[in-house]
Amino acid sequence: MADASIPPIVQVQALGKQVVSPEGPLTILADINLSIAAGEAVAIVGASGSGKSTLLGLMAGLDTPSSGRVILNGIDLTTLDEDGRARLRAELVGFVFQSFQLLPALTALENVMLPLELAGHPEPRAAAREVLARVGLSARLGHYPNRMSGGEQQRVAIARAYATRPKLLFADEPTGNIDTATGERIIELLFSLNREQSSTLALVTHDEGLARHCARRFTLEAGRLKNAT
Amino acid sequence: MNTVAASWRNLWRDWRAGELRILAAALVVAVASVSSVGFFTDRTQQALREQANELLAADLVVLSGSGIDEAWRDNARAHGLATARSMTFPSVVRLADRPQLAEVKAVEDGYPLRGQLRIAEEAFGVETVTRAIPAPGTVWLDARMLQMLGVRVGDAIHLGAAQLRVAAVLAYEPDRGGDLFSIAPRVLLNYADLPATQLTRAGSRLTHRLLVAGDKLQLERFRAWLMPRLKPGERLQDIREGRPELRSALDRAGQFLGLTALVSVLLAGVAVATSARRYSARHLDSVAVLRCLGASQATVVKLFMFEMLWLGLLASLVGCALGYAAQAGLAYLLSGLVVTALPAPTVWPVVAGVVTGLVTLLGFALAPLLRLKDVPPLRVLRRDLGALPPRGALPYAAACAALGALMWWQAGDNTLALYVMAGTLGGLVLLGGMAYALVRSLNVLRQRVGVAWRYGLANIARRAQGSVVQVTAFGLGIMVLLLLSLVRADLLRGWQNSLPPDAPNQFVINIQPDELAPLRAFFSERDRPAPVLYSVVRGRLATINGRPADPDEFANPRAKRLLEHEFNLSWSAAPQADNRIVAGRWWSVGDHGGAWLSIEKGLAETLALKLGDELGFLLGGSELRATVMSLRSVEWDSFRPNFFVLAPPGLLDEYPATYMTSFFLPKDDRTLLGALAQRFQSVTLLDVDALMTQVRRIVDRVVLAVEYVFLFSLLAGLVVLYAAIQATQDERLYESAMLRTLGAGRRQVQTGLIAEFVTLGLLAGLLASLTASVLGYVLAEQVLHIAYRFNIWLWVAGILGGALGIGLAGTLATRFVLEHPPWRVLREI
Ligand SMILES: Nc1ncnc2c1ncn2[C@@H]1O[C@H](COP(=O)(O)OP(=O)(O)OP(=O)(O)O)[C@@H](O)[C@H]1O
Ligand SMILES: [Mg+2]
Repeated sequence: MADASIPPIVQVQALGKQVVSPEGPLTILADINLSIAAGEAVAIVGASGSGKSTLLGLMAGLDTPSSGRVILNGIDLTTLDEDGRARLRAELVGFVFQSFQLLPALTALENVMLPLELAGHPEPRAAAREVLARVGLSARLGHYPNRMSGGEQQRVAIARAYATRPKLLFADEPTGNIDTATGERIIELLFSLNREQSSTLALVTHDEGLARHCARRFTLEAGRLKNAT
Repeated sequence: MNTVAASWRNLWRDWRAGELRILAAALVVAVASVSSVGFFTDRTQQALREQANELLAADLVVLSGSGIDEAWRDNARAHGLATARSMTFPSVVRLADRPQLAEVKAVEDGYPLRGQLRIAEEAFGVETVTRAIPAPGTVWLDARMLQMLGVRVGDAIHLGAAQLRVAAVLAYEPDRGGDLFSIAPRVLLNYADLPATQLTRAGSRLTHRLLVAGDKLQLERFRAWLMPRLKPGERLQDIREGRPELRSALDRAGQFLGLTALVSVLLAGVAVATSARRYSARHLDSVAVLRCLGASQATVVKLFMFEMLWLGLLASLVGCALGYAAQAGLAYLLSGLVVTALPAPTVWPVVAGVVTGLVTLLGFALAPLLRLKDVPPLRVLRRDLGALPPRGALPYAAACAALGALMWWQAGDNTLALYVMAGTLGGLVLLGGMAYALVRSLNVLRQRVGVAWRYGLANIARRAQGSVVQVTAFGLGIMVLLLLSLVRADLLRGWQNSLPPDAPNQFVINIQPDELAPLRAFFSERDRPAPVLYSVVRGRLATINGRPADPDEFANPRAKRLLEHEFNLSWSAAPQADNRIVAGRWWSVGDHGGAWLSIEKGLAETLALKLGDELGFLLGGSELRATVMSLRSVEWDSFRPNFFVLAPPGLLDEYPATYMTSFFLPKDDRTLLGALAQRFQSVTLLDVDALMTQVRRIVDRVVLAVEYVFLFSLLAGLVVLYAAIQATQDERLYESAMLRTLGAGRRQVQTGLIAEFVTLGLLAGLLASLTASVLGYVLAEQVLHIAYRFNIWLWVAGILGGALGIGLAGTLATRFVLEHPPWRVLREI
């Protein structure tokens, strides 16, 4: 439950997103209000096409809303330009995706080093080794993504997301492309890292089991927030 | 983030992943082609500079057509300068009855003041340096002369009225220069023997030289003293203008080859653009992730720019190394034009090569790469995003700017650069349009062929844009090769056939008035048609409409040269058969004796003369003023004597004249020539056959050099093909996997690929044959005025060569499609 004394790390106010499609304007999200407290783990659930990914992208500053505001760590994203948002992402935010999004040309180690280097970390190599060890991939540092299984790739992605010790972690269906058993282990890893680093986790999922791990749950239906627990 | 270091690492990664090979290959070819020409011109120019003093055999030379004033020598000596006189003129050397045209040069003790003579005991024997000159009564002949006459050291020869003994073989003579313009072999003799030859009568084509060398300051003083004293027909030559004709010929060769090399740069640019586009398409995901992880647009741009910069630098250096190797071949092909052993090159060609590489890369790859910065980070969530905004005009503008800058640089001349740019643009639009029409016409064929061929043809039509580019690129390359080989041979043959078999091939000039009657008798005694004799009065153009005609006021080097030298004026009652009046009218009988002139059209253009202009000619001391009454066009290749400036009968009567004629001499009737030379010792014989052979040899070499440089554009064409194949690699893999899962055999897929590339080559060959024929036709009808004969081999060579060459290259390059097991392809996508 949100503690009123600590300001929420994510605040979403009257957020709306419209796009122009060939059939006319299309409302993807309308009037979303929510806030996530630091250290919380929340799930965003809903049917396919209900706007979950869109909401996540807006919260992470990957996209700009048509109306309303997103405030991350006290900073209003609408006041920042694209490079300002990029800087904020580098400092504050980590990502895990359904399709892993590892750079195919880089080894596991190099993939994890990347955000560290972008943030100007003094010892990117050592730090990256450490996180990869934490996700159990010490033996695969020099391997390329296309030589790894889906579960291994997702563990590299999680290591990459946590390498910079972000305050906020966004995950879009992190287990969507992996079998159930492996998915379980991924979820455990995600949550234990989240606890260790006392970061905030916002994840989009279809998976009831995964959603149950989270303290709160936002349900989207056709672009509107139906239900928040 | 340290973008510089990161870009290095990315370069290696991308290189290992094979992403950049085509791009690099394209740059290497472009740079190699430009720098091979660059290295060659650099080395020859250096050689010319180094040898400039030697090429004059002095520090300063005074040239005169009439003679060296004793006062000049005295003054030079008074300044403490060394002097020596020389005299050169064309004449005939005889051994028994065998005549041989020679460039005779008489020299005084002390010659050469700069550089050294080298002589040998026998032709091509061991050379020794000497400070001496031929002793009185002896001559030194060069090896060519020795061979032509069939004499050896010790034999005696006849030169004019003198008999002289061959004392040595002249192996090297500093002020001989390259052998580009010296057609006849050399005879060197002592100045003291000149009177005995009786060849130096007034009116002969004599060039007197006073060589001067010594202290720089004293030279300047001497020059200042001499300048105001020079009369028309006399001039100074120093290192600054040492052998200007050779330098400008080489400059022009360099310019031309440099522009030729740009064809490969253009093609390489197309390959660079193609692979840069694929490269940026393949990096969309990576950039989205980078941006998502917090990299700014500036970081992304820097990362890729630096990576490209490293690649550009490395590829350019490799290109320069290759260019250096290739340059050796060029120097070999053009060795007839080059003086001696060439010095090592400077670093400038390397700089030029690297600049070319980077400019090409920038012009053709920058636009597609810059688009990467616009990749939305949201692409990490929605893969369909990041179809980049439409490309607009930027890529084309950048490419045109890059190519334009390179052309302007290589041409080194604004007007020429503009012509070349306009020509290239027009040519490309035309070729591209035809290629487009050809590609579109394939759709008609598609209905009538089997499944494999239909698949191949469909590929060409579907990738219409890429196909048009490839057909144009290859069409261009094949066309140039066809033009230089088959069309050139056709035209040459046609031109030779168009000359009457008895076209004059010998010129006799410098005939003195008192020799006219004996000469006519000489021909009639031998039952030969009486020669048509033309009088020649030599004079310098001094004024135009009353204003002094100053060579310095003309920018055109040809105009300058014309004004600095004497014209041959002649008179005629009726125009020559091949002359056509293009403006004004020919004089009638009533105009005879009047102050009128008829001017050749080209001369009028060069000197900006029009009808009604009054020209003043200095003829032996007095000025003759006359008005331009007509402009004529002249067919110079008729080999009949023709004149720039003609006067009506009577006008030139009072001026000293010599006479000239031309006649046809059957190939091996040398006895007549010998008798003629024997009987008329001071006339000059010009052997046009020998001259033509020499000119043809030079042209052949230059053409060979151009073909050589064009090999690079063929290579660049191949790189374009490979770039296009690579750009469609993923598509091809996927399609062939699908085809094979749908039940197509390897065989059928292979046939489809062969069909695709053979057809592409066929279209390119068709385009090339068509344009080469049209250009050949235009050249024949408009320039050479000969009938053009349709040559079937042009089409056979173009179409067959294109289909086979490109069919083979393309099929080989797409082997990967068959080697990938379909299941793996489908899984990876
Ligand atoms: N830029 C856009 N242009 C057009 N339609 C869009 C755009 N972005 C999102 N949409 C549409 O908005 C809706 C919500 O998309 P979103 O990706 O947020 O759904 P989702 O809840 O994540 O679905 P899923 O569970 O399938 O991933 C979808 O119908 C999608 O097609
Ligand atoms: Mg989604």
